[in-house]
Amino acid sequence: MKRLESNFINMVLSTTIVALLAAGILGYVFTVTKDPIAATKKAKQEQAIKDVLPEGAVLNADMIQEIDGCTINPAFDAEGNFVGAAVESNDPLGFGGNVKVMTGFDAEGNIINYSVLEQAETPGLGVKMLEWFKKKGNKGDIIGKNPETNNLTVSKDGGDVDAITAATISSRAFLRAVNAAFAAYKQANFAGAPVEAVAEETEAINDSIDLVEVVEEVAEVATEVAKEAKVTLNNPVPNK
Amino acid sequence: MNYLKTLFNGIVKENPTFVLLLGMCPTLGTTSSAINGMSMGLATMFVLICSNVVISLLKNLIPDKVHIPIYIVIVATFVTVVQMCMEAYLPDLYATLGLFIPLIVVNCIVLGRAEAFAAKNNPLASLMDGIGIGLGFTIALTLLGSIREFLGKGCVFNTSIFPEQYGMLLFVLAPGAFIALGYLIAIVNKITKKS
Repeated sequence: MKRLESNFINMVLSTTIVALLAAGILGYVFTVTKDPIAATKKAKQEQAIKDVLPEGAVLNADMIQEIDGCTINPAFDAEGNFVGAAVESNDPLGFGGNVKVMTGFDAEGNIINYSVLEQAETPGLGVKMLEWFKKKGNKGDIIGKNPETNNLTVSKDGGDVDAITAATISSRAFLRAVNAAFAAYKQANFAGAPVEAVAEETEAINDSIDLVEVVEEVAEVATEVAKEAKVTLNNPVPNK
Repeated sequence: MNYLKTLFNGIVKENPTFVLLLGMCPTLGTTSSAINGMSMGLATMFVLICSNVVISLLKNLIPDKVHIPIYIVIVATFVTVVQMCMEAYLPDLYATLGLFIPLIVVNCIVLGRAEAFAAKNNPLASLMDGIGIGLGFTIALTLLGSIREFLGKGCVFNTSIFPEQYGMLLFVLAPGAFIALGYLIAIVNKITKKS
C-alpha cells in the first residue's frame, strides 16, 4: 500500500480520526481508573490520619472542621475523652509545588506524628521530608514538640529545627504547613471545649503543685463533653 | 534472526543513552536512585513498544506533512494511559515518578524511534526495536541510578552498603548525574571500541 498523499482532505481526515481515537481511549481509561485513584487517595488519607493519632483513637466524622483551609479531624479514646486531632494543611511554596501534610496533635498541642500526603519535591533531597522530621536523635526531629513553645522554623531562619541537607526550601514549606495546622488547631472548637482552654489548663498544670487534681478536672470536663457528643450522635434529631 | 538482531541492536550497538545520546533529560532527572531509574526505563519502554507498533501499523495512513503531530498525539495518549494506570494501581511509584511521566511525551527516544524505525519497518520489527531500545534505556538508567545511589547514599535498591553520612551528596544532585553519565559513556565506548 502506498502512503497517503499529503493533500488537504487526507491531512484533515487522518488528524481528526487519530485525535478522536486518542480521546476515546483516554476517556475509557479515565473512567476505569477514576475509582481506584479516588480509593487510593482516600485510603492514603485515612491511613495518614491513623498514623498520626495515638493508637485506638476514634474519629468522629460529624466533628470535622475546616479552618483557614485546614481540615481538622478530632479524635477521642474509647471512653470518649478528647485525645487530639489530625490536621490536614498545605503550603503551596515547596520546591516542586504544593506540600500537603497531615499532622497529629495531642490535647496539649504537642506533635504526635506527621505524614506527608502530597509533595513533588526533588527525589533524594526534598523528598526526605517524609522521614527527616521524625528521625530520632536528629536535630530536625519535631515529634513531641509543641509549636507554641518551640520555634518550628529552620535554624537558618532562627528556628529550632535543622533543615533537610540541601533542601531548605522544602523544609520551610513543610514547617509552614505544620505551623498552619497548629494555628488552625488552636482556633478549633471541639463541642464547647476550646483547645485554648485546654492549653491554659496545661499551663496551670505546669505551675500547680497539685497536678492530679487538675488533670482529673480536665478529664471530667472532657468526658462530659464527649458524652454529650455521643448522646447527640446516638439520638439523631427525629424529623430530619 | 533478523528480528533478534534488531532486539540486541537497541541494547548494545544503538543503546539510546550511551551511544545515541537521546533522552538525556529523563536520564539525568530520574536516576537519583536505582529504583527510580528502572521504573522510568520500564515506563518509557512500555510507551516505546506501544507507539512503535501503532505507528508502524498506521504508517501508510498518515500523510507525510502531518506525521509529527499525529505521532505526538499517539505517544501522548499512551503516556497518559500509563500515568493514569500508575496512579490507580501503583500509587507509591506514582508518588516518586509522577513528575517525570508526562515528560515521556517529549522524550526524543520515543519520537526518534517512531521516525527512524517504525515509520519504515513492519510492525513485528518495530516491536522488536521497541523492546530492544526500551531495554537498553532501562539498563542504562538502572546502571546510572545504582551508581549515583551507591556513591551518594551508600545503598543500591535501598539496600544499605555503607552508612549514608559517608556518601557524596553531589552524586544525588544534578552535577553528579553529569559526572557519572560522562564516565559511564567513556567506559562503554572503551569496551565497545575494543571488541
